[in-house]
Amino acid sequence: MPELSTAAPGAVKTATGGQILSVKNLEAWYGESHILHGINFDVNAGEVVTLLGRNGAGKTTTLKSIMGMIGKRTGSVRFNSEELIRTTSDRIARLGVAFCPEERGIFASLDVRENLLLPPVVRAGGLTLDQIFDLFPNLKERLASQGTKLSGGEQQMLAIARILRTGASFLMLDEPTEGLAPVIIQQIGHTIARLKREGFTILLVEQNFRFASTVADRYYIVEHGKVIDGFANSELSANMDKLHTYLGV
Amino acid sequence: MQALYAQLLVGLINGSFYALLSLGLAVIFGMLNIINFAHGALYMMGAFCAYFLLNLGGLGYWWALLIAPIAVGIFGMILERTLLQWLAGLDHLYGLLLTFGIALIVQGVFQNYFGSSGLPYAIPDYPKIAGFNGLQGGMNLGFMFLPVYRGWVVVFSLVVCLATWFLIERTRLGAYLRAATENPTLVRAFGINVPRMITLTYGLGVGLAALAGVLSAPINQVRPLMGADLIIVVFAVVVIGGMGSIMGSIITGFALGVVEGLTKYFYPEASNTVVFVLMVLVLLVKPTGLTGRAA
Amino acid sequence: MTAMTDNALQASPRAMRDEMVVFGLMAVLLAIVPWTGIYPFFVMQALCFALLACAFNLLIGYGGLLSFGHAMFLGTAGYCSAHALKVWGLSPELGILTGTAAAALLGVVTGYISIRRQGIYFSMITLALSQLLYFIYLQAPFTHGEDGIQGIPQGYLFGVFNLANATTLYYVILAGFLCGFLLIFRTINSPFGEVLKSIRENEQRATSLGYKTDQYKLLAFILSGTLAGLAGALKVFVAQNASLTDVHWSMSGEIVLMTLVGGLGTIFGPVVGAFVIIAMQQYLASFGQWVTVIQGVIFVACVLTFRRGVVGEIAHYFRLSL
Repeated sequence: MPELSTAAPGAVKTATGGQILSVKNLEAWYGESHILHGINFDVNAGEVVTLLGRNGAGKTTTLKSIMGMIGKRTGSVRFNSEELIRTTSDRIARLGVAFCPEERGIFASLDVRENLLLPPVVRAGGLTLDQIFDLFPNLKERLASQGTKLSGGEQQMLAIARILRTGASFLMLDEPTEGLAPVIIQQIGHTIARLKREGFTILLVEQNFRFASTVADRYYIVEHGKVIDGFANSELSANMDKLHTYLGV
Repeated sequence: MQALYAQLLVGLINGSFYALLSLGLAVIFGMLNIINFAHGALYMMGAFCAYFLLNLGGLGYWWALLIAPIAVGIFGMILERTLLQWLAGLDHLYGLLLTFGIALIVQGVFQNYFGSSGLPYAIPDYPKIAGFNGLQGGMNLGFMFLPVYRGWVVVFSLVVCLATWFLIERTRLGAYLRAATENPTLVRAFGINVPRMITLTYGLGVGLAALAGVLSAPINQVRPLMGADLIIVVFAVVVIGGMGSIMGSIITGFALGVVEGLTKYFYPEASNTVVFVLMVLVLLVKPTGLTGRAA
Repeated sequence: MTAMTDNALQASPRAMRDEMVVFGLMAVLLAIVPWTGIYPFFVMQALCFALLACAFNLLIGYGGLLSFGHAMFLGTAGYCSAHALKVWGLSPELGILTGTAAAALLGVVTGYISIRRQGIYFSMITLALSQLLYFIYLQAPFTHGEDGIQGIPQGYLFGVFNLANATTLYYVILAGFLCGFLLIFRTINSPFGEVLKSIRENEQRATSLGYKTDQYKLLAFILSGTLAGLAGALKVFVAQNASLTDVHWSMSGEIVLMTLVGGLGTIFGPVVGAFVIIAMQQYLASFGQWVTVIQGVIFVACVLTFRRGVVGEIAHYFRLSL
C-alpha cells in the first residue's frame, strides 16, 4: 500500500503531543437512568487510547456524551481546551471530532456514494476520495449499491471511511471489530495503525482485547459508569491478571 | 366523449392537488413524525395570499406563484419553531391534535373575516405570447377543447412534483434529508444542523401546499374552508399510497384524481366518496398501503 | 412508541374506592339538577356529549387508539333513531334501540377496517370513514340532506314516562348516561380492560403473551361505537332533530377536544371536559366563528402545556385515581 500523501489536519507530528481531550467528572443520563457516574481520563494528540470494560459499563455512553449525543450530561469535556459539555453535537463535529457508531449507522435510503459523502467537510485536510479508495478498495466497486446491501465488513469500512473525509483529526470508533471475520479485523487493525501514523488521534471502544492490544498506546478500564484503572501498553503484561478480573475473561 | 375528457382533466387537476399535498405530508412526516393536519389550512392560506397580493399589492398571478409559497412557508417555519418543536419525544398523536388545533385557528380567523363564500380570482391574462392570452382561453386539441389554465395546472404541478422528487432522491440536500429521516441523532453528530433542517423541511412541505392553493384559486375560488374537506381526502390518499416513497405519493395522488374524474362521468353520485371506498378496499386487501412500509 | 396518556392507571382497591366515591358524588349532583334552577336542556345536552366522550376515551385512554371519526356513531344513531321514531312511529325505547344497534353494526364494519392500521394511520382512517358516511348521509333521501330530520316526536318511554316533560326526560337521559358510564367503568376494571391496557402499553408483548390483540381492539372499538351510538340516540330526544352537523368532522374534533380538556385516559375527565366545552359553546355562541378559533387555541394549549387535562392534573396533584 502506498503511503497517504497528506497527514491528518492539525495533527501534532510527535507521536504523543499535548493533551487533546480531557474528560472530568463526566456524568450522563438516559431519561431517568443514570449511566455515567463521573468519568475521568485524557487523550494526548496522536495517541490511540482504548476504553475497555464489560457490556453495559458505559463505554458507548462515554463516546456519545463526548459527541454531545446524550441529552443530559454534566461535568467537563475539554477538546483542544474548548469546553464541549453544553455544545450541541453538530457544533462538536465541526470542531473536528468524528464518531463512528457501534451499529455503524449506514443509511438504507442512501447508496454507498451518498453515505460516503454525507458527513460535511468540517476543515481542510481530510482524506481525498482516492486516498479512501486506496485504504478500502472494496468500496470503490460498490459505490452505486444501497448502503445496507454491503456486507458487515464493508459497512464497517464505509462507516470509518466517511469520517476520514471530513478533516476531523480526532476519531472515536465504537467497537469497529464487532461481529467481523478475522481477516477483516486485521484489515481494520492495519487501517487504525496507519491512521495513527498519519497523525490522527483515536479513541477506541473495544470488547476484543486481543485486537485492542495490537493498536492501543494506552488503556482505561470502565466499570459501572466510572474509569477505575488505566495503564500504558508497555505495562500490559504486568497488568494482565488485573485485566482478566476486570473483564471477567 | 367530450364530457369524459373534460372529467378526466378535472380528475387530473384534483390529482395534482392530491399529489402536491400528500407529497408535503410525506416529507413532513419523515422528518417531524407529525401528520400535519394544518396542511389544508395552509393550502387555503396560499390561495388567500394570492388574493391579497392581487387586491392589496397589485401583484398578479405569476408573482403569487412565487411569493405565496415562500410567505406561507415562512409562516410554517414560525409555527414549527414556536409550537411543533416542543412535541419532540411525544406520541405522534399529539402532533395530529396540535396541528388540528392550528387548522381550527387559521380557518376560524379567515372564516371570521371572509365568511364561507368564495372570492373570485381571475385566470391571468398575461404574458401575451404566440397567440396566448396569458393562461386564459383554450385550445382545440381535435378530440377535446382544452382550457389553457387547466392544462397549465396539470403540467406545472407535475413539474413541481418531479422537481421535489429530484431534490429529495438525487441531490446532496436530499441525502441529508433521507439520512436524517432514518437517524437524526447520527446525522447531527456529523455536523449537520438537524433542527434547522427540520424547520426547513416543514417550510418546504407547507410551501408545496401553498403552491397548490395558488394553482387552485382561479379554478375553485378562494374560500376559508377550501382546504378543510380536501385534507381529509388527502389523508385517504396517504393511507392508500403509504408515506414511505416520494414517487409513490405522486403517482397515487394523480391516479386517484383520475379515478375520481372517471367516477364523475360514469357514476357522479359516488364521486365524493370513491377515494374513501378505494381506501377501504386497499385496507382490506393490503393493509400497509400500496407502496408503504408498515407503520 | 410511548403511551399516549400521561395519566397513570392503576387498579387497586383504594383506587376503586376513590372512584366509587366520586361516582356517587357525581350521580347525586346530577340527580338534584332539576331542583337547582340550572337550565336542564344544557345539562341534558352535556350528558349526551359526556357519554360520547367517555365512549371515545375508552378507545384512546385504554386502547391507545385515537379515533378521529367518532361523530359517525353519533350521527348514524341519531338518524336511525329519528327515522324510527318519526317515520316508522316506533316507541322511544325501540327508537333508542334502533339507533344504538345501527351504531353497533357500524362499529363492527368500520372497526374491522380501521384496526388494520395503528397509530396515526388509525386516526386518518377513522376520519376518512366518517367523511365517507357524511357524504352518504348528505345524499341519502331519508336524512333529508341539509335540512336533517326535524320535529321528532318524543313519545312515552315504556308507554309510561312522558318525554315531552323536561324533568322526566332529564332523568331518562341521566339514567342512560349513568348506565353507559358504569358499563365503561366495569369494562376498564375487567380482565378485558386489563388486556386492553397491556396492548396500549406494548402491543408486541401482549401478542407474544398469546392475546389476539386485534380481537380485543375490535371489541373495544365496537363497544365504544355502540355507546357513542347510545349517546346519539338519547340526543335525538333532547334536540328533537338529527342533522349533518352530528356527522361532520368538526364534531369528531369536538369529541377529541372534550376528552383532551378533561383528561385522556381518566375515568371522569371526559365528563368534565364535555361540560366545559358545552358550557363554553353556550356562553360564547354570540362570538360566531371565534368559537372555532378558541377551540383551536385550547387544542394547542392542552397539547403543549396541559396534557393531563383537568381531571388528570387534579388526580396527579392529589395522587388519586380518577
